[in-house]
Amino acid sequence: MKGYRRYFLNKLAWFLVTFVFAFLLNFILPRLMPGDPVAAIVARIAQGMNNTTGVQAIYQQYADLFGTNKPMLEQFFIYIKNVFHGDFGFSFSQYPRTVADTLKSAIWWTVALQFPAIIVGWIIGNTLGALAAYLKGGFDKVLMPVSIFISNFPQFGMAVILMVIFGVGLKWFPTSGGYGFDLIPNFSWKFIWSVIIHYQLPFWSIVLIAIGGQAIGMRSMSIYELNADYVKYSRFLGIKDWKIIGYVFRNAMLPQVTGLALSIGTMVGGALFAEIIFSYPGLGTTLLHAALGQDYPLISASALIITVMVLIANFTIEILYGFIDPRIRAAQSD
Amino acid sequence: MKHTLRQVFHSGKFVTGFSIFMALLLIVIVYPLIIKGDPLAIISEGTFLPPGIYVSTFDAINSPTTYILHLDDAAAKRIANKLSNDDRLAIKDWLVKDGIPENEIDITDTAKLLELWGKNFDSALQLPGMTFAKAQYYRRLDASLKGLLSTEGVTIAVQNPQTGALEQTGTVKQSDYVNLNNVANVRVLPLGTENFGRDVLTELVKAAGVSLQLGLVAGLIATLIGLTLGLLGGYVGGWVDDIIMFITNLFTVIPGIVLLILISFSIGQEKRGVVTIAVVIGFTAWVWTARAVRSQVISLRNRDHVNLSKLSGHSIVHIIVADILPYIASYVVMAFILQISSAILAEAGLSILGLGPRTTDMPTLGLMMNWALIYQAQILGKWWAYFPVIVAIALITFSMNLMNTGLDQIFNPALRD
Repeated sequence: MKGYRRYFLNKLAWFLVTFVFAFLLNFILPRLMPGDPVAAIVARIAQGMNNTTGVQAIYQQYADLFGTNKPMLEQFFIYIKNVFHGDFGFSFSQYPRTVADTLKSAIWWTVALQFPAIIVGWIIGNTLGALAAYLKGGFDKVLMPVSIFISNFPQFGMAVILMVIFGVGLKWFPTSGGYGFDLIPNFSWKFIWSVIIHYQLPFWSIVLIAIGGQAIGMRSMSIYELNADYVKYSRFLGIKDWKIIGYVFRNAMLPQVTGLALSIGTMVGGALFAEIIFSYPGLGTTLLHAALGQDYPLISASALIITVMVLIANFTIEILYGFIDPRIRAAQSD
Repeated sequence: MKHTLRQVFHSGKFVTGFSIFMALLLIVIVYPLIIKGDPLAIISEGTFLPPGIYVSTFDAINSPTTYILHLDDAAAKRIANKLSNDDRLAIKDWLVKDGIPENEIDITDTAKLLELWGKNFDSALQLPGMTFAKAQYYRRLDASLKGLLSTEGVTIAVQNPQTGALEQTGTVKQSDYVNLNNVANVRVLPLGTENFGRDVLTELVKAAGVSLQLGLVAGLIATLIGLTLGLLGGYVGGWVDDIIMFITNLFTVIPGIVLLILISFSIGQEKRGVVTIAVVIGFTAWVWTARAVRSQVISLRNRDHVNLSKLSGHSIVHIIVADILPYIASYVVMAFILQISSAILAEAGLSILGLGPRTTDMPTLGLMMNWALIYQAQILGKWWAYFPVIVAIALITFSMNLMNTGLDQIFNPALRD
């Protein structure tokens, strides 16, 4: 277990470093851009105001709020302090609400939607890919082009098409929201049922996209492993076919786990668009509203939270990977 | 080189992808030559005109030559066109209540339905359980059907500018026809018009062209950055490699779309042109190329021919260009193809968020999608506003990935079927 601890610490350190950098980027990027963000905001708010002292007062208020009139380094420390208190300031587009308040519920909707969907898509995709590599023939001939086509489908396109077919056309599922618009979140059956029904379309649109990409990767990996020497040797030894498939599957799986860790950011990014299309009350929709409302603090905070979520997911996968792959532990304990 | 090309064009997947892509490219290039005019011209009043052939009613009536055709089913077709599904169901309802067996009534067969109706309907008859309003509805329906069945034509009149009185200038009989070739103004809108009243097909072709260019610029930038970093990291190694790998790993885990959103938002609305967006996408998309190139270069670095080149005293630039680049060229091309398609997707995503190019003089696929979604085309059932856009994006990315898979199978023999 010593090797594993080393691996764990290594990954943890990496996680923290990435976190710090994501944090830095989030702070620096908007400030690097030409122009004064506060001036732009004030210009928008003060539209139609011809009272210069009024405009000046608004400017001062916002400059104080964001601390843009202080030196960069001081701004950074203020930013850190606020973020660790969960204070992201006020949302511009929904003014009396704070950003933290807006995001609080959105995070859970997103987590509950995306991570199950990505994992289910990953499992189904890998199974199909391995089957395609093993069965070959007709199954492979049909599955592969379909997978390639689906995995290249834009996530929002898939969402729109599912919505039009099953939501607008067949009317099986509602087309927008996370629960019925006439309900207040509570623990009644009616509400839970409504949530389940609203969950289906966004969920499956994410799953379908994930299946395509994973199936392609798993197929290549499995074909590669099926041609490996140990497979031939095992056959030669007379080991049963299903047992060999077990070995192949395990070996082909490992790169797929790493692949998931690497691509989880892209997948989450794509899945945000499924949320947008279905107006699901998660971070994607929050981002859309923030962009439409030119809500700078909300965009910045959502971006940070999405990044942190992806980093945590990535970290978790890599930690699990250490458990699955014995070579990792062996390599670290040398 | 020649051999490789021949091999590439023997791969079914590559050829399929290549053909689709070339067909798209051909359409993008040829279409504007045939159908001239501003692709963003607003041609219709009102939004979401359905696809079809639009014939000027005015020109059709005033057509110099009219023809007379006697077609048996003309009247039936005319009525079938006017009779809505609700009316048909109502007629069936009445007939069933009147005592006609339900299986004898076929609401899709207009002629039969009208025959039954004409034979059985009696406005004086009071059916049990029918409200007064419903009875009135049936009377109106019957009257309008009789109007449709009349064989009289329509009179065309012009208002006299002095007196304001209507003066007859001609009549249009039911059996009058015009040849479409004699009508001065006919506009084919194969995909209708969108929310602003622009021709969807023309706009789509233009948008596909712009998106492809955007993808090309972004792809070039991303590939150049990725290639440079990958070569440097892989070949030079040491602390240079450490730094490059650190940055690369960093940007692999931080979701690209988040970076894109932050940057696009920070640039501000006024400065977000198509080129700017392409550059931004290029600068956030190089990670995968850098990774792939680096790992290839590392495996090449200690090959004999590279060592030989080093011993011969060639410069690093010479070694990289002559001894390493040719070996990784296939990977770079493959990565480049993928970069183009993912850049097009990234632009679409940004535009849906409202953070895409802010331009009024050229459309992109993402902007078209954004407009369709904002105007709720998907809920209103205006499929022609969004579906062709999705298909166009999917075809572009699909063809490129297919080319990529084909190339992959050629250069990675283990993946061959």
